[in-house]
Amino acid sequence: MNKTWNNRAWFMVLPVLLIVALNAVIPLMTVVNYSVQETFGNNLFFFEGTKWFEEVLASERFHAALGRQIIFTMTILAIQIPLGVIIALAMPKSGVWASVCLVLMALPLLIPWNVVGAMWNIFALPDIGLLGYGLNWLGFSYNFTQEAGDAWFTIILMDVWHWTSLVVLLAYAGLQSIDNAYYQAARIDGASTWSVFRHIQLPKMKNVLIIAVLLRFMDSFMIYTEPFVLTGGGPGNSTTLLSIDLVKAALGEFNLGIAAAMSIIYFLMTLLVCWVFYTYTMKGDEA
Amino acid sequence: MSAHSAGIARFKWLIPATYILFLMLPIYWLLNMSFKTTNEILAGFSWWPSDFTVDSYVIILTDPTWYMGYVNAIIYVTLNTVISVAFALPAAYAFSRYRFLGDNYAFSRYRFLGDKHLFFWLLTNRMAPPAVFALPFLQLYSALGLFDTHIAVALAHCLFNIPLAVWILEGFMSGVPKEIDETAYVDGYSFPKFFVKIFMPLIASGIGVTAFFCFMFSWVEMLLAKTLTSVAAKPIVATMTRTASTSGYELGLLAAAGVLTIIPGAIVIYFVRNYIAKGFALGRV
Repeated sequence: MNKTWNNRAWFMVLPVLLIVALNAVIPLMTVVNYSVQETFGNNLFFFEGTKWFEEVLASERFHAALGRQIIFTMTILAIQIPLGVIIALAMPKSGVWASVCLVLMALPLLIPWNVVGAMWNIFALPDIGLLGYGLNWLGFSYNFTQEAGDAWFTIILMDVWHWTSLVVLLAYAGLQSIDNAYYQAARIDGASTWSVFRHIQLPKMKNVLIIAVLLRFMDSFMIYTEPFVLTGGGPGNSTTLLSIDLVKAALGEFNLGIAAAMSIIYFLMTLLVCWVFYTYTMKGDEA
Repeated sequence: MSAHSAGIARFKWLIPATYILFLMLPIYWLLNMSFKTTNEILAGFSWWPSDFTVDSYVIILTDPTWYMGYVNAIIYVTLNTVISVAFALPAAYAFSRYRFLGDNYAFSRYRFLGDKHLFFWLLTNRMAPPAVFALPFLQLYSALGLFDTHIAVALAHCLFNIPLAVWILEGFMSGVPKEIDETAYVDGYSFPKFFVKIFMPLIASGIGVTAFFCFMFSWVEMLLAKTLTSVAAKPIVATMTRTASTSGYELGLLAAAGVLTIIPGAIVIYFVRNYIAKGFALGRV
């Protein structure tokens, strides 16, 4: 759409800018402040330059948390995106069953995050949980509170349970926007299911899938509540993802400088990935 | 389609059916636990409650420290949804219709900062991990005297909901041809009248979808809601953490409280079920 040049637009975005300024700029500046200062209590602050940043970037603990975070995010993306597309392709296209599927699938998205954690905790308990008891009954020795591998299995399964539906809904919406004429043409040409997917469905889903990857990346990268409630970051530190580590440093140990420097590095990383993605999507829109 | 793929197509329903079964299992387990007595829960594994009881629900629905959690959450979620949609509407219109930052014709070759960048900056707030902002928010809202009020949580949730609302609404608005705006002006409509009487009905499903997303993300968030409240505005998600710490003993109560948090979401989904898929595509989200 060709847009007109109009400065009246400023009045329309002003309320949003004000509220975001209150919510984002002020707290962010607080964080920036902490990240370059040292405090000895009593509101006495001393300028420390880049000391905290150097300390964070060199610390084993940060590297470990970041590594776990990247593994977590990559794993859930690799599972949720293909799985979501497959389920969306197999869903009924219209009618009562389509509505039933949509309503039931959307349900996990509307459950508060700590309830998701608590629910999975109950579900996975080795003695009374269906998952934990079931796995042990099948002969696997499973205990997510003791074994790091089991804890990882559980948080990944929980995230797949929680968020795959978002990918399904997006992919389904993309599929709904395909005109029936495309399918008819494909049928006349005798196209295989695979080539219909490859040359009609996948290109039409491209935009919504980019959004799905973007949303899933952002949200999984800052995930906190669900794994915290489920495993508390344990056993040991094995499931301590970035946000959990950050809250531990800030609110648990009251290490403000370290926590603030971590926050900024963390935020910048998310920003960088999303910027690359965003410019890429925008280019696609213009072409 | 070949006979082979038609054969596969007959069993296609198994995929969504299996997925839905997987989604329902943990919810079933939560329901199962919520109807058991504490003794039965601690006694060990069983498929369904043998000593069926609704005691946990009775406790929650009669004790104000429990049920006020739901009331508080619904108050701030509603406030947040109204604020987010109301603020995002004009802004989304501006982003979808006008150019207003950088990028004018004289300097178009040297564009450096445009309204696209402003749009991205808004989106960055959706990417800000709440864990980063928890402590500064606590200080900010305490300084403003808003600590432990509903409006504080509603405003704090605007951090991620307003950018999302602008994003979705902008998608819907860009789907409305610009000629409609121009015709309305020619017909003598003022801008506010045009916006409310003609434009908003055109994107009604978009507004519905946006409200749904705002409700959803405000309802499910816990970290900020818990940080910004203590007693008067404490949401159910924060109330629940008190039983989590005494795990085992009050598991039935925790399960019942969890079941009750699923209900408002289920109601909201039921109302928007026909818009979810359509809304997602049009609004690009």
